Amino acid sequence: MPSGSLEQLEGSAAVARTVAGCRPEVIAAYPISPQTHIVEGLSDLVRTGELAPCEYLMVESEFAAMSACIGASATGARAYTATASQGLLYMAEALYNASGLGLPIVMTLANRAIGAPINIWNDHSDSMSQRDSGWVQLYAETNQEAADLHVQAFRLAEEISLPVMVCMDGFILTHAYEEVDVPRPEQVDEFLPAFAPRQVLDPDDPVTIGAMVGPEAFTEVKYLMHAKQMQALDLIPRIAAEFAETFDREAGGLVRGYRADDAETIVVALGSVLGTIEDVVDELRADGVSIGALGVKCFRPYPLEEVREALGGAERVVVLEKAFAVGAGGIVGQNVRLALAGLPVTVYDVVAGLGGRPITAKSLAGLLGDVLSDRLDPRPLHFLDLDRELVERELERQHAGGRPGPHAENMLRDLGIVAARSH
Amino acid sequence: MFAVRIHGRGGQGVVTAAELLSVAAFMEGRHAQAFPTFGSERSGAPVVSFCRFDDRPIRAREPIAEPDALLVQDPTLLHQVDLFAGLGADGYVLINTTRSLEALGISELADRLRAERLLTVPASELAREHVGRPLPNAALLGGFSALTGLLSIGSVAEAIRQRFGARVGEQNVAAAEAAFAHVEAQLREPSRA
Repeated sequence: MPSGSLEQLEGSAAVARTVAGCRPEVIAAYPISPQTHIVEGLSDLVRTGELAPCEYLMVESEFAAMSACIGASATGARAYTATASQGLLYMAEALYNASGLGLPIVMTLANRAIGAPINIWNDHSDSMSQRDSGWVQLYAETNQEAADLHVQAFRLAEEISLPVMVCMDGFILTHAYEEVDVPRPEQVDEFLPAFAPRQVLDPDDPVTIGAMVGPEAFTEVKYLMHAKQMQALDLIPRIAAEFAETFDREAGGLVRGYRADDAETIVVALGSVLGTIEDVVDELRADGVSIGALGVKCFRPYPLEEVREALGGAERVVVLEKAFAVGAGGIVGQNVRLALAGLPVTVYDVVAGLGGRPITAKSLAGLLGDVLSDRLDPRPLHFLDLDRELVERELERQHAGGRPGPHAENMLRDLGIVAARSH
Repeated sequence: MFAVRIHGRGGQGVVTAAELLSVAAFMEGRHAQAFPTFGSERSGAPVVSFCRFDDRPIRAREPIAEPDALLVQDPTLLHQVDLFAGLGADGYVLINTTRSLEALGISELADRLRAERLLTVPASELAREHVGRPLPNAALLGGFSALTGLLSIGSVAEAIRQRFGARVGEQNVAAAEAAFAHVEAQLREPSRA
């Protein structure tokens, strides 16, 4: 039964209020679906004075948003932004500067696909494209966790002096109404000390930040970035444990197993799809199948040891992921294989939920049925619910020669979504 | 778990309706979830939203393919979209219309559903009367309360008040209560009792 200070509200509203409770002093953002409601909410809170002191900068692009956050953070201000999809790509150069300079900026990423073809719906292509940008990446399973991870993110970022990205599934979480206990500002104050920057641009004590570094020390500066991320692997579980003590609920951490301890088959995933996976795990467990799930809560830094520990005893691991490396295969899958190197575990890579395609319990049960009865070949990359006929028709057109035209438009025409050419 | 799918057109408050339903269910101590489909949120385009509620926490997030209840905000969608996909023989349907099921051309549907679970309500007219604009969502939620008996009209009214504030809130509550009474009266008709 819902109780206490739970409220029924939109995920974006819960995140906006939680971020406000973390008292950022500078917010610089450019609106993009499905992040929009978050920054609109924060803009309102600044306008009404509920979030003060805070400067809200409505910038002209995502590149400017991240650049403004870098400047703000370097002067010792707690800085926040949010984006999605192409917005994250437009920030890319500045992302590397934020992490390279060790600035503790927190960003919400409302996960969305990357074009072309243009698509506003959810998958993880955006965050995965920047997985090696030096930002910590945390993934939320529910709106409660999305809210809670922001409180932890500011604490983590400032304690270790690294930027942190909180990834929440666009639309699926951002636009869902569900119950959330929004962290109360006084609890946040207890958990999150005032920002004490390690480096600060101060006219009374001038320094420069962002020196050019040649071959004599570039490797060493980069080595320290890696070492700091590795330290975060120790810090993240500690912060999650302290959070649980203060707020009396679990959130975050590195990995979280679900009925996985003795499971012969374990499904690995990131983000909100874990709920559907847990429903299917329960159904299969009721039928006597030895199966569980593992949520990877923190993808960067990569908790290799924890993943190995959680999956090492399984016979089969099914990695279900909402992005892939074109021409190479699964991204989370490759990381899972790395963690399981030398162990006799069969790993299946399955791409699902691209561009907003729902991952249904029915499709998932079908997939796991194929895995459990050895009907699925573990070697190739699989695509859940792939419309093979649609692909074949387009391939035929391309093979027929001439000028077959663009894939996307051809395939939409096949589906009757855009009209046939009228001329 | 009880799953509701709401069909309407952009601008009719389809998404808001699902949110309000989830708030009403939450107020009654249930776990609830509401979410829209996206991408076609242009005025007039077909829009679908979803609401689930349950006594247990809800983990599923996929669109509702097999609804327990359908709310149809715009009857012109009846022959444009496959509205009734996945609806079982015990499903509830509430259609915003002043016309009969025969006139709507869905007598076939009436044959496959229980008479006391397939009803109509003139939600746009009730909204025009009480709110001054033909926005049918609040009225349909009042009708839903009467049709299913799963959520009280009091909770529905409170969710509406919270969302719309004093004046517009009370106007929408009046429309919801009128729809509630309309549906209750239909349920008392001997042919449906």
